[in-house]
Amino acid sequence: MKLHEYQAKEVFARYGLPVQTGTVIDRPDAVRGLSIQYPVVVKAQVLVGGRGKAGGVKLAKTPAEAEAHARAILGMDIKGERVGRVLVVPAADIEAEYYLAFVTDRAARRVAGIASAAGGVEIETVARESPEKIARLDVDPCLGVPSFVARGLGRRLGFSGTLLEEFTRIAAILYRLYWDEDADLAEINPLARVGGHLLCVDAKLVLDDNAAYRHRDLPPSEEMTPLEREAREHGLAYVELEGDIAVIGNGAGLVMSTLDLLAHFGGRAANFLDVGGGASEEGMQTAIELVQRKPGVRALFINIFGGITRCDDIARGIVKRPPRVPASIRLTGTNEVEAREILKTAGITAGIDPEEGARAAVALAKGAGGASGSAAKGGPR
Amino acid sequence: MAVLVGRQTRLLVQGITGYQGAFHAKQSLDAGTAVVAGVTPGKGGTRVHDVPVFDTVEEAARETGANACVIFVPARFAREAALEAIAAHLDPVVMITEGMPVHDAIEAVAYARRQGVRLLGPNGPGVTTAGQCRVGIMPWHLFTPGPVGVVSRSGTLTYEVVAGLTRAGLGQSTAVGLGGDPVVGTSFVEALEWFGADPDTKAVVLIGEIGGSAEEDAARYIARSLKKPVVSYIAGRTAPPGKRMGHAGAVISGTEGTAEHKVAALEAAGVAVAPLVSQVPALVRTRL
Repeated sequence: MKLHEYQAKEVFARYGLPVQTGTVIDRPDAVRGLSIQYPVVVKAQVLVGGRGKAGGVKLAKTPAEAEAHARAILGMDIKGERVGRVLVVPAADIEAEYYLAFVTDRAARRVAGIASAAGGVEIETVARESPEKIARLDVDPCLGVPSFVARGLGRRLGFSGTLLEEFTRIAAILYRLYWDEDADLAEINPLARVGGHLLCVDAKLVLDDNAAYRHRDLPPSEEMTPLEREAREHGLAYVELEGDIAVIGNGAGLVMSTLDLLAHFGGRAANFLDVGGGASEEGMQTAIELVQRKPGVRALFINIFGGITRCDDIARGIVKRPPRVPASIRLTGTNEVEAREILKTAGITAGIDPEEGARAAVALAKGAGGASGSAAKGGPR
Repeated sequence: MAVLVGRQTRLLVQGITGYQGAFHAKQSLDAGTAVVAGVTPGKGGTRVHDVPVFDTVEEAARETGANACVIFVPARFAREAALEAIAAHLDPVVMITEGMPVHDAIEAVAYARRQGVRLLGPNGPGVTTAGQCRVGIMPWHLFTPGPVGVVSRSGTLTYEVVAGLTRAGLGQSTAVGLGGDPVVGTSFVEALEWFGADPDTKAVVLIGEIGGSAEEDAARYIARSLKKPVVSYIAGRTAPPGKRMGHAGAVISGTEGTAEHKVAALEAAGVAVAPLVSQVPALVRTRL
């Protein structure tokens, strides 16, 4: 889960990091009541990157100017995300910009510290154009980032004296925050020198959804659509797409290959729901209910290969919640014989070949009810 | 011989008293696997499917000679379970558990490396050596012994491929499920090293998916060091950028992790990449 800048800064401040704080507002006229020193910067609070280039960050010298900027930015569309809040902060007189982050390194299967004296720009750009300006730190999870490790990183950026000690403290705290908050990414860009001291001018925090249970105080995620959020509450992974065929599968790999199969036969998935490993009868009922609720769904494709998931559990779920839209069902794997019996009793047929099932689903979505020669058609209309 | 597990495997099941643990312990027993012990803290002294249950891994290993471990415990206890199995030097340690916090996985992986223990998962289907041993959740009846190794980030796609190979009359040596999480114990490269060294494996099927760079790393390793033919399938060719496609790891960010990039890297390394899963067996046949 990605946090907004203002939310991330609240967490940073709680850990004792020096952050440039301000006030969050959701109405332009709220600028008038702020006791804040001008000039200020008005910053769009969005989860997508590149808000500066999109015109979502503006400098204002007077309250009237700040209000005008807030009016322009609030409601603005930045890469498909509507701006609902802006953060108003006192403008900092920045003398130098650095970059510092801790991030989960999938390839190395551990934590990487990344620091650069070329901050304030996208770190990907620095990495591409001048990789020598990036200092990398492979963190040993048993050691963490004690001061001597953080100091070593600071030396590689050329820090000395009091600034080195400030950097050391910030890096050690940022790692502790990254680890204790179960972050995938904790980033300061820029980490700026202002009035001779280091200040976190921006803050980015991406948290691990799997660890949400040990952080009950977290704000609700704003990344998901309402249906996606509801599915998550049921322990199901639901993702919305653009087409008209709803997809239920088990296992992310199978679901992805199911979308590819539909595309191969000229169809497009409206969404998909991964019932995961060991889906229960109830989970399957919820899944069928959820995927059909998206407007514009014309057909349903259920593609299950049972391993830890038992096909008979799936079949019982289907029988209890028969799809409203035409459905193509493919069911194979653990307990598939029992499953086929259960479905047969309810007058529902299921195939075993995924390609036939996908072809049938595409035909159903196109309104050609009786898909040619397919045994995988099922579900009452 | 085969890879990771075989007739020599004496399996310990952590979480054997749970719904999934009990069910799959039975499936493994029915497959002829030596399931010698279960561990559930507080349930020591009981039996599940006649397998003795212990309170600690150390006790269970001492009493039964268990040498491998599979973990079915819920996500919030998975870190403890993995560390306990690694500390007892069980090898491999196979984590089926889904939804484990990434930092917990990082600690388990680091400790496994330090102890020289091979770790699979989390969020994987386990490992099965056809005709010999079933560790995890793969449907045993799909397998038939033969020369094809299978390695995958996805459980269900492993089943699709194994079923297809069996239907085509192509048997398997071992199927290794790496797991779909961002941080897992074993990489494609390590699994390919094992298959490369296994005399029973004559060809390898590599099932990848969008996100990360593990398939690209595998391509580099294949070009440089693997003497055996490799056939691949990459899931997620039609996935839109920026969406997590179910697996936490499966997300395209910018140009990184796209199917095109992975397919190109693999093809440049001499790997035959099948556009559809159903085309994998035919490609394997031409390369055996």
